Amino acid sequence: MDTDHGLATSIETQKSGGASSLRSFALPSRFATAALLTPPLAWFLVLYVSSLALMLVTSLWSVNGFTGLIQHQLTTSNLQQVTSGAYPSIIWRTVLLAALVTVTDVVIAFPFAYVMARVATPRVAKMLLAAVLLPLWASYLAKVFAWISILEKGGALNWTFQHLGLPAPNLGFTNGAMWLTFSYIWLPYMIVPVYGALEKIPKSLLDASYDLGASSWWTVRHVVLPLALPGLVAGSIFTFSLTLGDFVTPLLVGGANSTLLGNAIYDTLLTGGNLPLAAALAVVPIVIMVVYLGVAKRLRAFEAL
Amino acid sequence: MADAAVEIRDVVKHFAGNVVVNGVSLSVEAGEFFTMLGPSGSGKTTLLRMIAGFETPDAGVIELQGRDVTRQPANVRPVNTVFQDYALFPHLSVTANVEYGLRVRRVPRTQRRERAQAALEMVRLAHLGERRPGQLSGGQRQRVALARAIVNEPAVLLLDEPLGALDLKLRQEMQVELKAIQRRVGITFIYVTHDQEEAMAMSDRIAIMNDGVIEQLGTPREVYERPASPFVARFIGTSNILTRSGTTWSLRPERLHLDLEGAPSATLHREVGVLRDVIYLGMNTRFVIDLDAGEEVIVVRTNAEVGRYATFAAGTRVAVGWNVADGVTLDAAVI
Repeated sequence: MDTDHGLATSIETQKSGGASSLRSFALPSRFATAALLTPPLAWFLVLYVSSLALMLVTSLWSVNGFTGLIQHQLTTSNLQQVTSGAYPSIIWRTVLLAALVTVTDVVIAFPFAYVMARVATPRVAKMLLAAVLLPLWASYLAKVFAWISILEKGGALNWTFQHLGLPAPNLGFTNGAMWLTFSYIWLPYMIVPVYGALEKIPKSLLDASYDLGASSWWTVRHVVLPLALPGLVAGSIFTFSLTLGDFVTPLLVGGANSTLLGNAIYDTLLTGGNLPLAAALAVVPIVIMVVYLGVAKRLRAFEAL
Repeated sequence: MADAAVEIRDVVKHFAGNVVVNGVSLSVEAGEFFTMLGPSGSGKTTLLRMIAGFETPDAGVIELQGRDVTRQPANVRPVNTVFQDYALFPHLSVTANVEYGLRVRRVPRTQRRERAQAALEMVRLAHLGERRPGQLSGGQRQRVALARAIVNEPAVLLLDEPLGALDLKLRQEMQVELKAIQRRVGITFIYVTHDQEEAMAMSDRIAIMNDGVIEQLGTPREVYERPASPFVARFIGTSNILTRSGTTWSLRPERLHLDLEGAPSATLHREVGVLRDVIYLGMNTRFVIDLDAGEEVIVVRTNAEVGRYATFAAGTRVAVGWNVADGVTLDAAVI
């Protein structure tokens, strides 16, 4: 009886001790959470959300054609202008190119990442990853200029084709040149997330698929590809949105019909001085990306994340 | 005579210079519940993976239903596996997981649905077909993995420690259920485990493996009552191993008689010592005795007769007795 009582008391002491230590821990942790969250939240709200909101509002203003001053009355004239005239074809060209670049990078990145994650030895995989990431250290402009020298009339590509007795492709300063350059420059942004997704697939799932009678091809199609989808979507968000907003590559390797959305915004702002119209044009890629993410969510691409 | 479900002859497998399976031969009859039991590193899982086709033997032959499959890839062998981590496809529903093997073999949709439904009913999960594996408990996932394998009606079902991740109570329930399912479907089961109780509870025959070889192969009763080596005697249950005048004996704790020193004895052999520990275990009491001859001996008596031992406390001088029929002589050279 005595020992029972003693035990109960000691348990109670422990309990209350535990509770008080929990309380004394909870109080500063709330401060700590707030202190940790404030800087990134402030950064996000002030620099990102507010500037985005400002841009959206600006797109509803207009510019006085005589004075060049911004008039702060709300109007939809900019948005109407964006959906008429030359702009729809520019938007269409940009989206088409971004989609083409994304598909190209998926086609190249998936087998490459598959070899890195599932075929190569860890040593070789590390070397391949370094090789993929190394070009990111080189200047964007250096890489674009490298492509100019490859694709231009006297460049390496034409030279090679001529020496093989084939007609010169003459890709310099065309939309094809833009497609090649973008696909090359954004490729690491596709390989890395796809590699991450493929590496996470447990080997036993592949064993299970073979065990149930599936061929390698069936396994890739029905197990590997669906499980790599979040990585492919993550990569495609990079390749698609980066192409959507770029204006340097079209300027340098593009030709007569290579104006993209980014160039249109750049020209409207710096040549035309029409800030509200530029803002309205900038709304377009945002809307496109929102739609894109919505479709990705509908395809359950984020569920396995 | 019909062909054995699985016939293994002189199979050898090395990994990185180490012999993992060292010349194993065995034969599993159709419809048998066959268990490969052993500690980790004994080669049991490697042997199972060679039957499944995930590994190729360095030497030896594996036959399924009389056909040599030694070089056949996993996806054409008439076997299916229940994996230790279940290996359910996380992006597919429970029903789609179970239908996977049927889809691969292009079984028509309606037939597929019916068979998957029947398999899920057998493991009592028919109501969870729309769920994803991530929404199931460990025990439920285990049963889905079983249904996914059985639905293909394989000649042999391979189970790689399928209950290892479950808690004790669930594991015991699943043992009963697995055995019942095996009887009902009549498929040959080859079961790998390191848990000797699990092996005893379900198996028709057990192969006890150690260091890449089979130490003993027999029914649960045979391997327990007649262990062939000190390793088996120690690995299956508890055993007292004593060497007396050149012969090594294995004596099960429940076969030993316990008396106060000097009490009249009914047993042929008799040794005296000091009772060191009395451990009450609910159903049984375990007595630890230091024999004067030097060894430690464990005696287990059921508590139904505990009144007899009421005065036995640590420090009491006792006598441990046994008859020839209670012990098994082991090959002394193996020790």
